[in-house]
Amino acid sequence: MNQRGLKIGSYTLSSRLIVGTGKYASLELMRDCHAASGANCVTVAVRRERLVDKTSGRNILDMIDPKKYILLPNTAGCFTAEEAVRVARLGREMLTDSGFRGAEWVKLECLGDTKTLLPEPVGTLEALKILVADGFQVLVYCSDDVMLCKRLQEAGAAAIMPAGSPIGSGQGILNPNAIRIILEQLKEKNPDYPVIVDAGVGTASDVSMAMELGVDGVLLNTAIAGAKEPLKMAQAMGLATESGRLAFEAGRIPRKLYATASSPWEGRING
Amino acid sequence: MEVVVNGEIKEVADGTSVQELLDQFQIKPVRVAVERNREIVTRKQFANTRLAAGDNIEIVTFVGGG
Repeated sequence: MNQRGLKIGSYTLSSRLIVGTGKYASLELMRDCHAASGANCVTVAVRRERLVDKTSGRNILDMIDPKKYILLPNTAGCFTAEEAVRVARLGREMLTDSGFRGAEWVKLECLGDTKTLLPEPVGTLEALKILVADGFQVLVYCSDDVMLCKRLQEAGAAAIMPAGSPIGSGQGILNPNAIRIILEQLKEKNPDYPVIVDAGVGTASDVSMAMELGVDGVLLNTAIAGAKEPLKMAQAMGLATESGRLAFEAGRIPRKLYATASSPWEGRING
Repeated sequence: MEVVVNGEIKEVADGTSVQELLDQFQIKPVRVAVERNREIVTRKQFANTRLAAGDNIEIVTFVGGG
């Protein structure tokens, strides 16, 4: 296999799968799933440190190998541009001189409400502009709206990350045609411009489908952490990412209404 | 004096530094970021930054998320 890495901003990822760190039954299971997935980039959220009841004093970073993984801090749980910018800066501060890679970039998430967890486009664009001006390489989580994706790209996003379907819903890629158009439009001037499907993946075939459409990568969390056997699903997701990419690069045959025989007509014994 | 740490009112000694505040809660500086009244205090400034009464302090860390 000769698959190139995925370049986003100043980082090059060896795997096109980016995985989350949430909802695991234990930090050990998270670590093992990360390894099984083959990913070399994991995303982490920013929250208040507990002042009491610090469970055994362990921090999530103690279970992530800085040599193996690049961290992608995110602004999950932010509902305004102001909050998202504040959280992005705190994430960067935490990674500065920490021994971990990832201080230069952020996954921007600015949500509309708690029920749908859908991206709020106005706040997202506003936060993006502030973060770009502040020197961040911003990977922007957004809905699969073509025009919005174009505006975000123009505003300096390092990567565009349209949702396949709502966060944690497991509905897969609901509108593959929108993803196709986004890919065409965003890659028109630069074929290497990264487009990553983020959110909504339920199982490995969803990843295959996204990758076969030609997206540069997939980001997922719940599909692994919530599976009956997370370790197996982590491996399945890694394989689907690779096979999907290979199939995309290989180029699928066109769909036809009628059959085309695989064996020659000539030389049949009853001919 | 009273300061607000992560939304909770806490009593600390006058002149407490950010570093001493972290020590008080047994928090390792390398795993957190700190805001004082919405301004980030860098790790290098922890020891030299003294708190004032009524300061609003946020101490954050990374947690699992997607």
